[in-house]
Amino acid sequence: MLSLNELWFILVAVLFIGFFFLEGFDFGVGMSTRFLAKNDMERRVLINSIGPFWDANEVWLLTAGGAMFAAFPNWYATLFSGYYTPLVVLLLALIGRGVAFEFRGKVENTRWKNTWDIAIFLGSLLPPFLLGVVFSGLLKGLPIDGDMEMKAGLFDMVNLYTLVGGITVVVLCLVHGLLFTSLRTTGSLRERARQLAHRLLIPLAALFVIFGAMTYFQTDVFEARALPLTLIAVAGLGAFLLAGWFIRKERDGWAFGMTGTLIALSIASVFIGLFPRVMISSISEAYSLTIHNAASGPYSLKIMTIVALTLLPFVLGYQIWSYFVFHKRINEKEHLEY
Amino acid sequence: MDPVMLARIQFAATTIFHFFFVPLSIGLVLLIAIMETMYVAKGKEIYKRMAKFWGKLFLINFAVGVVTGILQEFQFGMNWSDYSRFVGDVFGAPLAVEALFAFFMESTFIGLWIFGWDRLSKKVHLLSIWLVSIGTIASAFWILAANSFMQRPVGFEINNGRAEMNDFFALISNGQLWVEFPHTVLGAFATGAFLIAGVSAYKLMKRQDMEFFKKSFTVAIVIGLITSFATALYGHQQAQYLVKTQPMKMAAAESLWGKSGDPAPWTVYAHIDPKTGENTFEIKIPYLLSFLSYSEFSGEVKGMNELQAEYEQTYGPGDYIPPVRTTFWSFRIMVAAGSLMIVLGMYGTYLAWRKKLDRPNKWFYRIMLWAISLPFIANTSGWIMTEIGRQPWTVFGYMRTEDSISPSVTSGQILFSLIAFTAIYAVLAAVMVYLFVKVIKKGPYAENVNDDGQSADPYGKEGYHAIS
Repeated sequence: MLSLNELWFILVAVLFIGFFFLEGFDFGVGMSTRFLAKNDMERRVLINSIGPFWDANEVWLLTAGGAMFAAFPNWYATLFSGYYTPLVVLLLALIGRGVAFEFRGKVENTRWKNTWDIAIFLGSLLPPFLLGVVFSGLLKGLPIDGDMEMKAGLFDMVNLYTLVGGITVVVLCLVHGLLFTSLRTTGSLRERARQLAHRLLIPLAALFVIFGAMTYFQTDVFEARALPLTLIAVAGLGAFLLAGWFIRKERDGWAFGMTGTLIALSIASVFIGLFPRVMISSISEAYSLTIHNAASGPYSLKIMTIVALTLLPFVLGYQIWSYFVFHKRINEKEHLEY
Repeated sequence: MDPVMLARIQFAATTIFHFFFVPLSIGLVLLIAIMETMYVAKGKEIYKRMAKFWGKLFLINFAVGVVTGILQEFQFGMNWSDYSRFVGDVFGAPLAVEALFAFFMESTFIGLWIFGWDRLSKKVHLLSIWLVSIGTIASAFWILAANSFMQRPVGFEINNGRAEMNDFFALISNGQLWVEFPHTVLGAFATGAFLIAGVSAYKLMKRQDMEFFKKSFTVAIVIGLITSFATALYGHQQAQYLVKTQPMKMAAAESLWGKSGDPAPWTVYAHIDPKTGENTFEIKIPYLLSFLSYSEFSGEVKGMNELQAEYEQTYGPGDYIPPVRTTFWSFRIMVAAGSLMIVLGMYGTYLAWRKKLDRPNKWFYRIMLWAISLPFIANTSGWIMTEIGRQPWTVFGYMRTEDSISPSVTSGQILFSLIAFTAIYAVLAAVMVYLFVKVIKKGPYAENVNDDGQSADPYGKEGYHAIS
């Protein structure tokens, strides 16, 4: 029987998977506004394609944060104070990006629009990169002392391993976003998005292989979890090959589903690698935070379980419905809100 | 510089800024939902145009509220990790529920509302804006449940040096919550109402789009009056509750050092000297403090010196008197701003009721334009009183502010983030005011659009410009 601590660990993982699956594509679309769009009109089509969704997608991150706070206060406290400076940059990027969508179309002025376009680009590029760095750091281990305080220097957080992790997440989100664009737009924009996604598949595969190899040699996660992680790697390879095949067959929806699967598998493997730890101490194994020493009490977990399991079906229901409402492809001939 | 001080300045700056936008969003979306309901019920286009025009201001404001809210959730862990460890078991739960219940609802249905004018049926579209409104109110409820725990901790026990929840229902039936939540939310409704009333008054003064702004003014001023008055009533409830649960906060808000005497007078003005612990000059209204505290014209209120001695008995040696001047004056500023809102609301409602809005009520309209600032002043000073008045505690009676910060975060880091956030917030504020003025100046009929919101010629170049 699953303990509540295990269940909440899985729920936090699910929230992060939902976040990267959903916000992943709008990060990708946001990045691509810089080089995929040939003019302001195309840029607007791209922004409008994620217009109804990005805000709700971002709530998955907030909910993941809230769930960590409620279920694993020590995890939340150590991680957020330990990664202080990267999180400041993350917040600045998300703040700039969020208002940019709303602000950019409000004034007809090239400099005005360019400014907010830069905010959209950086705001879509930096968060997946920084979160990739943070998640890789979780796998590698961090200097956490006996008081659960993480006192990390710059190179504890930013090193070759975490940089590769960050870049991998960025490229993964970009491909995911390009396939979303191929799914939601028409004509030449759609073609270019699909072609670029196809061209990026090989670099993405290379990044995954490098990151996987570094994980094998530099972390301990394969030792304890060899079997599930191998299975995930095989499934990931399958999703990868299918993605390429679907892109060539111009089956955009299926291709998008495959990059989504890749994201889900990647995040899942991070959590499987960590389990039952939530943060690995590089100072001493005894100082690691686990789903037990970082958790709230059983009463709190029980209440939160009831609340979450009651609300989540509704949330999923209306969010899926909203995607159904806006399932039609958009083009430059129709009314664009942003 | 002292990290505790820096972290406090940062929390104050980011939270006060965030709370400019939050109440305005809560208020505006309610009024827009009412306007759209009138459109669906009566079928008149003007109500749809009202919902769309005020909706534009709402969306600009909502965007800033959302992005500054992300920071709110993160900064407990970033700057206040020892606090987070101590209370996460209790305090994290309402935050998680807020995200799950309220944030998802708001964000999904606001997307449906913005982009769904042509894709959803009238009724489903209307339902969307009401769900956004319910989402904003629910969000207020859960975050105030968390805040109420800090003011009056309930539903928990201390285990292994941290607070663990043992009664969720005590948390959401906390008496503090049920005075704080209505007071805050009604104040938020009034904030939105006074913005719409103020902008409408300005347009009526300029005699532009009279029909549109007369209707908008009437809806807004009536709601503004009702909600300001109700806010004051709940404020009175809250004051009585505080006398019982946080007497030190109320004593500081009165700058009452010794016993009040029976019946207790209310101090309108005091020249406060916190060093000697006395007021060198006071103006008092007899009986009023007794009434504020107990709803009757007798009864004594404890002073700070007596409470300090009591707290030393209970909590050990220390200074338990909050910054008296700030608490005293923020309370008075809030009350003054709120009272002005009620007076203006009464006069505006009278004008609307007597159909006198066509007249050149120049002075009144000009005052109403400036009165847009009143609810913001009241909201901000109300929170300053609440949070400063709780000092030296973060969780009253259990955790002190100085013990709440992150041990692993340096002053330099906090200073860096303080400067970065303040700078970006300053830019946001400037841009927002600029966009507000721009949208207001353009007015509701500036665009070359027909009734279904489509550009008159969607295929023409003009069409793009008109709707961009």
